[in-house]
Amino acid sequence: MITITDLHAAYDGEEILHGVSAVFPKGKISVILGPNGCGKSTTLKTLMRLIPMTGGTVTVDGRDLNELSQQELARVLAYLPQGRNIPDITVKRLVMHGRFPYLSYPRHYRPEDYEIVAQALEWVGLTDFGPKRMENISGGQRQKVYLAMALAQDTPVILMDEPTTYLDIKNQFEMLDCARMLTDMGKTVVMILHDFEAALHYADHVVLMNDGKDLIAGDARTVLSSEELRGAFHVTPCFIEAEDGPHCYVRP
Amino acid sequence: MKTSSTSSTENNKSALLIIAAGVFLVVAAVANICLGASGLSLGTLWSALIAGPGTSAAARILWYVRLPRTAACILAGSGLAVSGAVIQKVLSNHLASPGIIGVNAGAGLAVAICSAMGLFTAWIIAGASFAGAMGATFLVVLASRKSNASRTTVVLGGVAVTACLNAITEAIITMVPDAALSSVDFRVGGFSAVNHARLLPAAILILAAIAAVCTLTNELDVLSLGDETARALGMKAAFVRNGMLTLAALLAGVSVSFAGLLSFVGLIVPHIARLIVGNESGKLIPFCALLGGGYVAVCDLAARMIFAPYELPTGILLSFLGGPFFIWLLIKKKDKQK
Repeated sequence: MITITDLHAAYDGEEILHGVSAVFPKGKISVILGPNGCGKSTTLKTLMRLIPMTGGTVTVDGRDLNELSQQELARVLAYLPQGRNIPDITVKRLVMHGRFPYLSYPRHYRPEDYEIVAQALEWVGLTDFGPKRMENISGGQRQKVYLAMALAQDTPVILMDEPTTYLDIKNQFEMLDCARMLTDMGKTVVMILHDFEAALHYADHVVLMNDGKDLIAGDARTVLSSEELRGAFHVTPCFIEAEDGPHCYVRP
Repeated sequence: MKTSSTSSTENNKSALLIIAAGVFLVVAAVANICLGASGLSLGTLWSALIAGPGTSAAARILWYVRLPRTAACILAGSGLAVSGAVIQKVLSNHLASPGIIGVNAGAGLAVAICSAMGLFTAWIIAGASFAGAMGATFLVVLASRKSNASRTTVVLGGVAVTACLNAITEAIITMVPDAALSSVDFRVGGFSAVNHARLLPAAILILAAIAAVCTLTNELDVLSLGDETARALGMKAAFVRNGMLTLAALLAGVSVSFAGLLSFVGLIVPHIARLIVGNESGKLIPFCALLGGGYVAVCDLAARMIFAPYELPTGILLSFLGGPFFIWLLIKKKDKQK
């Protein structure tokens, strides 16, 4: 379980997070919703120490993240950033980099590293893609390769910053199914989404943010139906009860 | 299983390619030693090597002229090629190289200052070159970071820094004409003035820096994924980036200290190497070291042979090959963007 208490963060002297408090339950998919610029990505980056924390605490299963070295942090939290380079290397080589936090100088891979990487590629359905070059595969497959790298990091928590952005509908569902697979494996997933329907179907827990603060948290239906969400987005979510469960669409 | 056998085949292929580059280096070195104004046969070469310096005319040519010159070609070629590969990786910019982002010019200015002050000790010149290269590198990198410059802007910033530093170097040469560096060899790059004393400290520094880079290839690859990803993988990205740039500046700076301002080696060789062995640093860096040494040795030999008995400074030939290659890269980059 990740517990964030009164988190403050600043970038270039300007405070962006003004006291975020949230709990992301263990082994569940937690989704952060909020309008553009509200501090969602900053929250994840602050957890990863990519943006300096200026106040508050973050614990993972009771361990204070501030007490961990950069390498130890990389063994607890894996992170899929929103923008990613497309390096001119093979898929397997990229996934191997997921083992970086476990290697000491001069970084020679051990047999178990190769086994974990093969397993990670299998989990995302790209077993045969190892020798392919990153340049020569589709955007959806690249996203999965980066996810495989995060899996190779073998962390209890995976943070995903808009993992479905730029993907077509099929790949979006596959990515979200991968997130569900991760929680089935006992991992905690925290991801930023903009799609209310996807949040309704995949989130076990939702945190709504606006203006650098958390507004409301709870199950997806509760948050999506809330006044706070209407106020933050200036839209009206509507629900349709279907045979396969509720669906959500949005009216301006 | 399929993946592991494919990867084993790839590793074998890479090992063969690296061995081939090693063979190319050896052949280029032997040709550079044996061919020239006074040719040495392989038999003469062997007996002169065994006999040691000073025993015959051939041995004197070998030990005091050809060996230092060939060693200088290999060291400068390897140093500049590895430096270029590192800079390209660290800046994620295939157009970057020691010559283009100002490293060579920084080292050249430092050597000019040393020469004007009458400081000709090999260690001092090597150290000053390194300091000048470092200064230029961090000037370009800092300016780029402050202005959030794009990859192309980094190159343009380097061109501007190079122009400024070269102007200062020219001013020093004009004001202190007696400075030894006014020799054509230094400004265009060449190996006619190398000797054992100048080469020894450079050789130690270059070989040590290449060995260090070879043990940090994993870091280089992780760094090229971008700062956020590198830090998320537990790397102290800024520390590693600065460390790698320091090694690149050391390699380029020390190479310039005895070879002069050789152009384009750090650009051409990493590109050719990347086409042959791919972009993974574990293969790319050793391949660059071997190919770079061989390439400069071959160019130096060609520079001596093309207009024999006149000798063309090696840097002129390298620029002649490098200029069109750089234009080709720019065109290729534009085609790719379309």
